[in-house]
This record gives sequence, C-alpha cells and structure tokens, in this order.
Amino acid sequence: MTGPSRNAAGATLRFTFDGKTYFARPGDTLAAALLANGVALVGRSFKYHRPRGIMTAGIEEPNALVTVGEGGRREPNTRATDLFVYDGLVARSQNRWPNLSFDLGAVFSLAAPMLPAGFYYKTFFGSAKRWMFYEYFIRKAAGLGNAPTEADPDRFSHRAAFCDVLVVGAGPAGLQAALEHAEAGKRVILAEQDAVLGASLIRDPQELDSAWVEATATRIRAAGGRILTRTTASGYWEHDLVTLTERLAEPGAKPAHGLAQRLWHVRAGQVILATGSIERPIAFAHNDRPGVMLSQAARTYVRRFGVLPGKRVVVATNNDDAYLTAAALRDAGADIVAILDARPDLSAAATAAQAAGHPVLTNAVPLSVDGARHCLTKVTAKVDGQTQSWPADLIAVSGGFTPVVHLHMQAGGTLDWNEAAQAFVPKAARQNVTTIGGAANPQPVHPVVPVGNPKKSFIDFQNDVSLADVDLAWAEGYRSVEHLKRYTTLGMATDQGKLSNMAALGRLAEKQGVSIPEAGLTTFRPPYTPVSMGLIAGASGKNAGAHMRRIALHDVHTQKNPIWQPLGYWFRPRAYPQGQETLAQAALREARAVRTGVGMTDVSTLAKFEVSGPDAAAFLDIICATTVSKLAVGRGRYTFMLREDGIVFDDGTVWRLAEDRFLLTSSTGGADRMATHISYVRQYLCPQLRVSAVTVQEHYAGIAIAGPKAKAAMDALIGADAPRHMSTLPATIAGIPVLVLAASYSGERAFEVYVEASHAAPVWAACEAEVTAQGGCLYGLEAMEFLRIEKGHVVVGGEVDGRMTPADLALDKMLNKAGGYIGATGLSRPALSEPGRRQFVGLEAIEGTIPEGAMLVSAEGQSPQGHVSAAAFRIMDGGSIALAQLTDGFSRYGEELIASSPTRGQKARVRVVHPHFYDAAGERYRD
Amino acid sequence: MMQITCPHCGPRSQSEFVYGRTVDSVVALDAPADQAMTALFTRTNPRGPDDEIWRHTYGCRAWIVITRHRVTNEITATRAVGSEALP
Repeated sequence: MTGPSRNAAGATLRFTFDGKTYFARPGDTLAAALLANGVALVGRSFKYHRPRGIMTAGIEEPNALVTVGEGGRREPNTRATDLFVYDGLVARSQNRWPNLSFDLGAVFSLAAPMLPAGFYYKTFFGSAKRWMFYEYFIRKAAGLGNAPTEADPDRFSHRAAFCDVLVVGAGPAGLQAALEHAEAGKRVILAEQDAVLGASLIRDPQELDSAWVEATATRIRAAGGRILTRTTASGYWEHDLVTLTERLAEPGAKPAHGLAQRLWHVRAGQVILATGSIERPIAFAHNDRPGVMLSQAARTYVRRFGVLPGKRVVVATNNDDAYLTAAALRDAGADIVAILDARPDLSAAATAAQAAGHPVLTNAVPLSVDGARHCLTKVTAKVDGQTQSWPADLIAVSGGFTPVVHLHMQAGGTLDWNEAAQAFVPKAARQNVTTIGGAANPQPVHPVVPVGNPKKSFIDFQNDVSLADVDLAWAEGYRSVEHLKRYTTLGMATDQGKLSNMAALGRLAEKQGVSIPEAGLTTFRPPYTPVSMGLIAGASGKNAGAHMRRIALHDVHTQKNPIWQPLGYWFRPRAYPQGQETLAQAALREARAVRTGVGMTDVSTLAKFEVSGPDAAAFLDIICATTVSKLAVGRGRYTFMLREDGIVFDDGTVWRLAEDRFLLTSSTGGADRMATHISYVRQYLCPQLRVSAVTVQEHYAGIAIAGPKAKAAMDALIGADAPRHMSTLPATIAGIPVLVLAASYSGERAFEVYVEASHAAPVWAACEAEVTAQGGCLYGLEAMEFLRIEKGHVVVGGEVDGRMTPADLALDKMLNKAGGYIGATGLSRPALSEPGRRQFVGLEAIEGTIPEGAMLVSAEGQSPQGHVSAAAFRIMDGGSIALAQLTDGFSRYGEELIASSPTRGQKARVRVVHPHFYDAAGERYRD
Repeated sequence: MMQITCPHCGPRSQSEFVYGRTVDSVVALDAPADQAMTALFTRTNPRGPDDEIWRHTYGCRAWIVITRHRVTNEITATRAVGSEALP
C-alpha cells in the first residue's frame, strides 16, 4: 500500500508500531489504524518468515499478530484485529530480525523445499545429544512472540454467575433472543466479544441499524438483562457451565482500577449460541501476502472504520455475500477491476452487480498473486480455463462461511453437513444449548477447486501449512484427519485452525475420494480464543496460591529466630541456631541436649481427633489395626492404620480419656486424608455406630518435653508426679488446664502437653523456663529427625511409603488378633507374605557416609535390592547410620552392601543391622 | 465443572465436592477376602451410568451417592447415605 487511505481527521490517539508513532481514531482496532496509516506489512510467518499483512477484521486473524505493551503487561501474539487502540499503545511486530522489512529469517523461505511437513521427524535423527544441539537453533528461529519475563502487575479475578438464559453473540439474532427472554422475565446474560454490539450489523446496517441495536440493548437492560462487551465465551463445560473471559483493559494497557480481566463462571439454565460464522479464504499461490484480505473484512474496514484497504481491487468469491463488498468498496472510491465468481452461472446478485457496471466473470478462480514485500501488484486468475491478469493492490476473497460451532461441540453436540453451504451446522447437543442466526444457517456457496501452485497455496497461515503439505502427508500414508493435523501441525497454532480446518478437510476428502463429512473432524477444545494464564490463576496468583497457616505458637518461635520448615499447611521450627551455628550444628546440639538432659519442641501440627460416644472404642477398633477397646481409661498406645488392601498408610497414638472418649493422633501431612477416611468409615461404612469423630488438630497446641531430666521438669511443672509411660494425666501448668501424655518419639523419657490453642503461650513460657532451669533447650524438626532415626521409629512419607505391610515394618506383632479392622482382609493376600518383600532395616556405615535416597546393591552395576529412606548420624558419636528398605532384610543382618547414589556421585559401604540403633531394649523411656 | 445436587444442600458446583470411590468398590467390613479383592481390584467400569460416592467436603461434609453417566457426565440421581440417611 502506498499511502494513507483515510484522512487524518479525528485521529487523536497516539500509538507506536515498531517504534514509529502513528495516530488512530477512537474505536479503531490496531489493524484498522495500521491500514489507515498505510502500514500493510505487519508480521512474518512462523516457519518461512514470509511477509504477512492483515487478513481479517476479527478474532480469527492468523497473520497480524503483534506483541503489545511493555514490562509485565507485555502480551505476545495479540491479534491486531482484536485490539482496540488506546492512547500510548506500544505494539511490535514479531518473528523478524533485525526488522520487519529486512528479516534475515526469510532465508527459510528460500529453504522451503527443505522444510516439508514432518520436517522434524525426518531430519533430526540420531542421539539425544545432537537434538540438544539442533534444538537451540530451532527454538531461536521458530515460534511467535516471546512471553514476558516480568511479573504481571495487574489483577485478574473470577466471578460466578447464574442465569436462566445465556446468549453468546450480540448480532441481530443474539440481540433479538436476549430481548425476548429478558422481556419474558428471564435472567439473561448477553456476552459479546467485540467492544460494541451489533456484530454483522456494524458491517451491514441494512434493515436493522445502529439505532435498533442501541434501542434493543436499552430494552434488554431495562428488563434486567446484563450485557457484557469485550467478553468472549471461551469454553462450554459440564452441566451448562460457560466460562466468559471479560477484558476490562485492552491488552498491554494499564487497567483503570487495577483489574485487567475477569473470568466468569456462568451456570446457565439454557444457552443460546448466536456466534455467527467465519469467512473462509480461497487457496491460490501466495494467498498469504499483504493485500490478500477476506471479503467481509474489507467491507468492515470500509463501513466500520472508514478505512479503504485497497484502491484497485479484485473480488474473488463463490457466493453472493462478496458482491456487498464490491459495492461497499466502490462506494468508498475503490476501483473494482474484476469480480471473480467461481460459480458457472450468474446469480441474481451477480446480475445486479453487472448491471451496476461491475466487471463480473463467472467460472473464475484466482490462480496467484504477485507483489512486493509491502503490497500487492497483480492478480492472476483462471477464467473459463484461460489465464488472465489484472494489476491490483487488494484481493478481497470469500470462500464461503464456517459456522462457529465450537461451543456447541464442547457442549457434547453433533454436526450436520449442509451441502448447499459446504459447511457443518449444529445438530443435537447433549446439553441445553441451541444455535441460532448465521451459525445455524450459513449462506449457500459453490465449492472451489484450488488451481494455483499447491506449494505456495497456504491453508494454515499461522503454521505455514500449504496444500502441498497436506498432499505430502497423504502420500506418506497419513489417512486420518487427526494424524494429518499432528503431522503437518495444521490447525495447531493460536488460531486453532479457524480459517484452515475446512480447507484441509476438503483437500483430505478429495484425496480419500469421500465427502467432507466422511473425512471426519478434529475436536473443538476450549478455549475458543487464547486465554491469559493470569486469568486462569485469578486471585490465586502471586502469593495467594498456597495459604500459610500459623501454629498457635508461631509468634513465640519467631522471637527465637528459628530456621523454618514447611510441614503440612504450617511452618515449624527446623532448628534454633545460636550464634554462627549451621543447621546441622544446631540440630546436633539440640539432639544431644535431649539425649543427655532435656529438650522441648512444638508438636502442635500433629493430626488430632476426638472420638467419643458409646461406640467410640468399637469404632477405633475398625480404624486402627491395633486393639484399642482393651485400653484402660487413662492409658494410651502406639497405633497404625491400614488401607483396605492391607498396606500401612498412617500411624499415631490413641489415648482413652474416659470410657467413651478417646484422643487419636496421626501424622501432620496425612491429616486431611485421615479426616476423610474417618468420616467415610463413620458415615458410609458404619452408620449404625453411635460415635462422633471431630478434628481437633488446631484446637490444641502440643508441647513435647523429652530427655533423662524430662520427668523432673514435668513433676515441677505440674506440681505432682508425672504420668507413667503411655499414661495420661489432666493437670494445670501456669494456672491453665492441660492434658499431659507420657509418650516418647525420641527414645527418651518424654511427655506431650496439650493445651487449648489460644492459651498456649503462657504454658510454653512456663515449660521453657523449667527446661532452661534443668539445663535444657528448645529443639526443632531436624533434631527430632536425628532422634527418631537413631531410635528406629518409622515416619509416614518416609518408611511408611504406601507399599509396606505391618510385617514389612516389623509391626505385625501389634496387630489386633481378633481382626475386624480395615485392612485385615487385605492382609490375607498371599503375595503379602511371600518371600522377596522389602523389609525395614537399619544400616551402619563401614566406610563413607550413607547418602540419603541411595540404592542398595551388592556390587556396582547390580540391580538394586532396596533403598535408604532416611540417613542421619549417631547423636553422641557421629557415626553414619540410616533406615532402609531391603529385600528380605530381616534375614540379612550382618550382610555388607553398597549404598550408592549415582545422581549425587556418593556411595558408602554399609552393614545391615537392626533399625533400633539406640536403646534397643527400650529401657530409657520407661519409669 | 459439573453441578451436583447435594441431597442436604441443593445444587452446588463440583468444586465443593471431593470424589470418593465407586459404590462397587466399597469393601464391606465383613466381606470375605475374594469379594473384597474383587471390589478393590476388579471394577465394573461401565460405559454408562455408575453409582459413585462423593463427599460434600466444602459444604455439609456429608458423603453422598450420585448416579453419573461416565461418558456424558449426566447425573440422574443423588441420595443421602449412611448415618445421614438413617431414619
């Protein structure tokens, strides 16, 4: 294009494209503004870097993709036809270097014969190493825009809505439907992806004009209907849920109130699709050049934006609609040099056009176009078999209309083939959806057989797929449309084949010698147009995704400046380093304090359930694989729970607080799973039991005090004799009622104090004062890990890994002999007692340090016979020890193995031992 | 996202519910070993309606049974179960 084709009047919005400043009128799309400023070359193609211009005036645009905005607001691959210009808009072309006019990547175009369909599959054979080399260059050369690297500064939100009728598309059919339902008293939502209402009426204001559109919208709103503009129905989900993506700010713009986009989840009683249709291009040689435009788009630029996209125009069509374009362009001052009508006979519209002086040619199909980088110069066509050429700067093409059936198909719809329109139209759908308007009744067309050079006749513009590529895929044996799609990448770009799929289907059907409906269809997956990742995340973006919960004593720990560790939903102190201590040094000091004196730690996050009622004991005998009902009041015991297949899935302790009241603890990380399990058993499996099971995980804070001096400290704290091992005692600390449990995880004499969470701080303070007076200190999770590994206690998620039976963990002696617990039947599976199972053992290093996660092998290169589940050091002498799972491990004590971690490049020689490294007789924690 | 009619709370979004298991996979406490193993490892997996146990975890927390078509997701029935359904 050689110069501006609209006068500059009213162009008040300043924007830049590739650094150059232009002006636009309010209401212009970027595409309209670029055309008005005489910019025809807008981008480069994905594969061959061919020059591309503006082909459409809507969301189906495959060529005019730009990167818009700056910093975190930068949005790549934005369609210039779906972007309304605002003051200060910054847009850049994509896929070119060093610049759009002179693109070195265009060398790929010369190499096109070497880049056929399936190029990657055919070319990059060989080792993975070689692929890593190729990949760098391929990634550099291919692709469209680049994603921003900065965080998006704007907010995105989600909103749920309900309505009786959701109407998608505010063209004449959609507006009329919305009006009727709204005035019939229905709750109506009308969604329109454009910034203004009217759709085809904006382009063709014939019987109904903008005044009708405005009046109808006013009546819809007056009747209580909600009209959303700039809002795309992006997906149709189960049970008539439709997601709408609403743009509150244009791409790249700073939103007025910080909110860039909103994702609506609309549950509709009924959905009416008035989504219209998308015009199809015609395949001919170089049909992807700037200056090749869809007919309705050309008309839109003239009628809606007052922009004349070409001065010497050829119109190519197979239907009557394009005659409206010829008339519109001529009215605006263009010279219509030829109307190429693929139909053999003159239609009424063609006859009328001829009478009005248009040069109409029948049986005429475009063959090729010529042009320079920025413009078109010549159109060549086959007319009645004869080649004919015209100088022209625009060819407006119409190859028919493809109804927008995406949402209908996502609703579980089926399609009918409309032979007259050469198009698929909506048939029945599983959900409560109907399609009306142009999407249901496309215009009749005449099938066009492409005559141009197939190598340069593009059908998928975004992915540079030509007719020759489809032919090649066919020749190489790709018969199914799904294979064709994946082999050629046709329809797999950001436009998802909105312009290309029908052309490809036509070609495939022709090759197969079948009709188009017999050739099949690919799946219409959401979203209809691309959706920002930020919008999907909504308010869950940034730091809001995972909420951090604070344990009752969080602030108390903060004063000690601990190293924190996430555990379940919470953070717990991992260690309390003093001075310049490292984590390991601090943890070892803390663990030694527990072994030699006394230490205290926060155990508040443990899962806790209060189980009460006349059948509480019977209920726990079902949940727990150990006997619970025989516990005396005031006593507790270790317990574990099985899955139905007999595998251990959690462990903890159970305490009988009263005849009909128990406290059950289990692992922090498994708390939700255990709560679900308990409620399932109570409600579904055993509804007859009179029992209540309540989660009290955060209701009580827990403080563990452990060490040889723990009993002395506890006696002092409660002013009474501390309870015996595995007994409970209600007591008072700092004037606050607490429950003291005597249980040991560390292997030392130990107690757990439970206190109502809101009263935890004074109890903690009293305990800390007493422990300090006894010469002890606080300890964190790391020291606790050292202590339990040395003691040979299993942990859920470590040794209890979803594969181990009670016998594998040497817990089978504790099983309830009477059975009746969940998993008892599963345990009877013969495979669970066959030899060759992994069993829980300890390892002692003979040479080297045992790497965590190491494989156990008898010699290098042999198959692994087990793995290290936890590694630590002997607390007092520092020797390397570990817990492991080993095939038939119980019968292999004394055997030497290699613990090898190839990923860490570490190994150690180890000896298989009993996992209780410390106080195997269990004398230290008893009275 | 489906809409599930909780027998206690009415129609709610699927996001409030957590899937449990199919009814045919339930292992009764007194089930003999062969029946239990069949329930656990050999599901009927019908291409059509099936009874499933869901929990209204982010609602009333009750377990319910829904009859859902495995292909179309059509839900033809929901009912209260267990202690919630006791007279």
